[in-house]
Amino acid sequence: MRETRQLAAFLPLPPATFHILLALAAEDRHGYAIIQDVAARTNGELRLSAGTLYRSIQRMLEQGLILETRDRPAPELDDQRRRYYRITPLGSAVARAEARRLAQLVRMAQDRGFVTERA
Amino acid sequence: MNRAYRLLLRLYPADFRAEYGDEMAAIWSQRRRDTALVVFWIATLCEVLLNAAAVHWDILRQDLRYTLRTLARSPGFALTAVLVLALGVGANTAAFSVTDFVLIRPLPFSHPDRLVRLWEKVPGYSEMELSPANYVDWKRMSHSFDGMGAFWTISANLVGQGQPEHLEGASVTADLLPLLGVQPFMGRLFTAAEDREGAPGTVLLSYDLWQALFGGDPGVIGRHVDLDNEPYVIIGVMPRVFHFPSRNAEFWTPMRFHEHDDDFRDRTNNYLNVVARLKPEVSVAQAQAEMNVVAGQLERQFPRENRQTTSFVIPLRDDFSQQSRLLLMALSGAALCVLLIACANLANLLLARALVRQRELAVRTAMGAGRERLVRQMVTESLVLALIGGALGVLVAVAAVPLLTRLVPAVLPIAQSPTVDLRVLIFAAAVSLLTGLGFGVFPALRACRQSDLIPLREGARAGGGRKERLRSALVVAEVTASVVLLVSAGLLVRALLRIQSTDPGFRTEGVVTLKTALPMPKYEKTASRAAFYDRVLSGVRALPGVSNAAYISFLPMVMGGGIWPVEVAGKLEEMTRSGSRTASLRFVTPGFFSTLGIPLHRGRDVSDSDTMDTPFAAVVSESFVRRYWPDQDPLGRHFKMAFHDRVIVGVVGDIRVRGLERTSEPQVYIPYRQVNDGWLIGYVPKDLVVHSASAPGSLLPAIREIIHDADAEEPISNVRTMADIVAGQTASRTTQLRVLGAFAFVAFLLAGVGIHGLLSFAVSRRTREIGVRIALGAQPSGIVRMVLRQGALLAVAGVLPGILLAYAAGRALEGLLAGVKPADPATFAGAIGLSVLMTVLGSLAPALRAVHIDPIAAIRSE
Repeated sequence: MRETRQLAAFLPLPPATFHILLALAAEDRHGYAIIQDVAARTNGELRLSAGTLYRSIQRMLEQGLILETRDRPAPELDDQRRRYYRITPLGSAVARAEARRLAQLVRMAQDRGFVTERA
Repeated sequence: MNRAYRLLLRLYPADFRAEYGDEMAAIWSQRRRDTALVVFWIATLCEVLLNAAAVHWDILRQDLRYTLRTLARSPGFALTAVLVLALGVGANTAAFSVTDFVLIRPLPFSHPDRLVRLWEKVPGYSEMELSPANYVDWKRMSHSFDGMGAFWTISANLVGQGQPEHLEGASVTADLLPLLGVQPFMGRLFTAAEDREGAPGTVLLSYDLWQALFGGDPGVIGRHVDLDNEPYVIIGVMPRVFHFPSRNAEFWTPMRFHEHDDDFRDRTNNYLNVVARLKPEVSVAQAQAEMNVVAGQLERQFPRENRQTTSFVIPLRDDFSQQSRLLLMALSGAALCVLLIACANLANLLLARALVRQRELAVRTAMGAGRERLVRQMVTESLVLALIGGALGVLVAVAAVPLLTRLVPAVLPIAQSPTVDLRVLIFAAAVSLLTGLGFGVFPALRACRQSDLIPLREGARAGGGRKERLRSALVVAEVTASVVLLVSAGLLVRALLRIQSTDPGFRTEGVVTLKTALPMPKYEKTASRAAFYDRVLSGVRALPGVSNAAYISFLPMVMGGGIWPVEVAGKLEEMTRSGSRTASLRFVTPGFFSTLGIPLHRGRDVSDSDTMDTPFAAVVSESFVRRYWPDQDPLGRHFKMAFHDRVIVGVVGDIRVRGLERTSEPQVYIPYRQVNDGWLIGYVPKDLVVHSASAPGSLLPAIREIIHDADAEEPISNVRTMADIVAGQTASRTTQLRVLGAFAFVAFLLAGVGIHGLLSFAVSRRTREIGVRIALGAQPSGIVRMVLRQGALLAVAGVLPGILLAYAAGRALEGLLAGVKPADPATFAGAIGLSVLMTVLGSLAPALRAVHIDPIAAIRSE
């Protein structure tokens, strides 16, 4: 119960935050990789700017949704300047809660006939 | 390219930049390759601006939350700080709003900087009204001006709109109002044709009069009213902000005589006030130079009338007394002192807090907060305090401004009271911000110095002598400023007392005055006025308690003018050399001197038997005799004044016609019957003075009834006691003194609080040391002496420079001191005594606390 309330305090998530959580769900990524992943998943519709990305990252670090990881990829693939981020259990929980919220919204819209499959 | 982006990144907070700047730059240069250049730069710019603002906002929100939490944890500190700030900002905002209103803000006319007043300058007077003939010639011969117009102030009875009303107004030439660049609120201004002799009467109303008398009826244009029994048509209403020549003006009429009429031939009767508009390229100095040439030519042309007559050109904005200016500057200076003391006090409080919070700051540094971040957080805290204090301060100012309206000179064409408007609010906000930064930044920088942030390992005794010295310096500065304020206030009190003890030369207790208007053609004949005076005076004298009553042209101190040139056969040369050839002229009924208790030294009072058929008589004052016939018998001597040869029949004591603080001309009193019908109507006695043992309130209904019986259409106005009139002389001083006194008191308290705070803190820091001393057998008296000595040192260090600065301030105020010396020993002794008292009171509590330290607990607690 307490946990639900704690999660609810994060919702609704800003779109950039949600997308960053999605990008980090599968694997640890550095900043530019996050931007590329978001762009790929949205067919290039959402291109995060560097400022928006790092502002979000800073806040998400403070909120404990993600953390900076010390595990680095193999040296031949690594760039020393890059920082890698990993989603935390809290981050996953928040992302799930947001997804639930959005799904509920969509269901409600369907009930009123606002959603036609593959418009 | 990359360099430009790096520059943009500077908009982000330093911490953020250090953390992410490199990666952001890397991402940015990758992006740049696949977008068109211009679009990309615009997008970048927008993106950086938005995100940097957002990051700053995030930090601000964090800091605000943190600030509110810390302030809530120490409500005593928060409350003290906010109140001190509210006082400081409030005092300055109030002082600014009045000072700005009177000294700085442009007058509400178009291009007000080009408007000037023109005066004649004759020996003994720097500003004398112009004579009509000189006005016409100045206007004709000068080329510096786009226009020149004249006015004089008048008063009239308005009948036909309910009760008869006595109104103040101005009679103006038709070109005067267009010259000022004002448009009527409704209706129109005067035409040249309406400003001719014989033209039908036209009148413009002030906005306030229109509201008060006609309820703001838009149909008032074209309505007929009677002013002094003459018909006038209302042709317009002036705007609400139009106050000309002063805020008393309620209506305007054209002068209605042409500049080539006979009325404008006179060169010795000075009564025209003149306003001119400089041509755009002409400076005041250039205009002055030209007018001096013009006046010189006229003096050569009319050597008798224009003897030693030059000109004086002054911007309309600046045409009020030096004293008013000085009063306001002193007020602003004092307000600034209070603010500086408030700042010093708060800086001290914050320094003390910073010492207490040093552990907390050290912990936060250890957790990775940069110095910039800590400073920013602390400054945010100061700014929050400053803004809350500033908001309260505006309320203080709103409450205080109405108390300051007596400092607004009545002669300026502006409203009585400034309003707290946007301009004033911006000032208050700026002062609050500066204050917040002023008392916040320094302690924050000081507290966050890296070298000081090591006390995680040390005990709580960190802080060291450096900070103690800084805090002492701040307290010393407070003491200095409070001494300056105390001395200034003290000097002004002495000046006020001295002025109030000046003998006006007449009785003030038990004298009631009022004005009956005696409108003109109706009372043009001397005989008709005599009949009116007879009925009123005999009726009033018969009232119980009344010892005497009389009529006079103008009351002393209410009207300082009414000055007329004097000619004494064979003395012309002497008179012009001494620079005095004028005296104040008054027409009086018998009994005036005994009513006002003016001593009759020689000869007799004017009498009812002084008529047009007997030799023209005059009663003169002692200074008049001293000027022309020193050490001789003045009775029976002749002189020429106001068109007639007059013979001296009596000598009375001098009175202060022009007020308590100004030198007055000698006085000449003329019997009210000895004037030709229709001549000198400006000097017709209209002021009734009554001396009685009864209270004015009980007397007035009877007096009103008597006047109503004598003339039912005669309105009564300006009912006052002579005591009020004399008290009014020092009203603006009294106001200023109250304000300055309040400031000095606040400063005094703050300085005391400062000493108290510093010593308390010092004692609590030295608890262990004092505990050890007590344990080792130190006597309580020794401990008390130790603390008091520290307080005394602070006081002495503050008082000494304070005395020097106070003397300098006294010199600057000399114009207001009415002869009290800026180095007045009694005032300085008083201020120093108060400072000693303040030191003792401020040190007492900490000293007692030191004595009661329990040595065992103190040593164990470490």
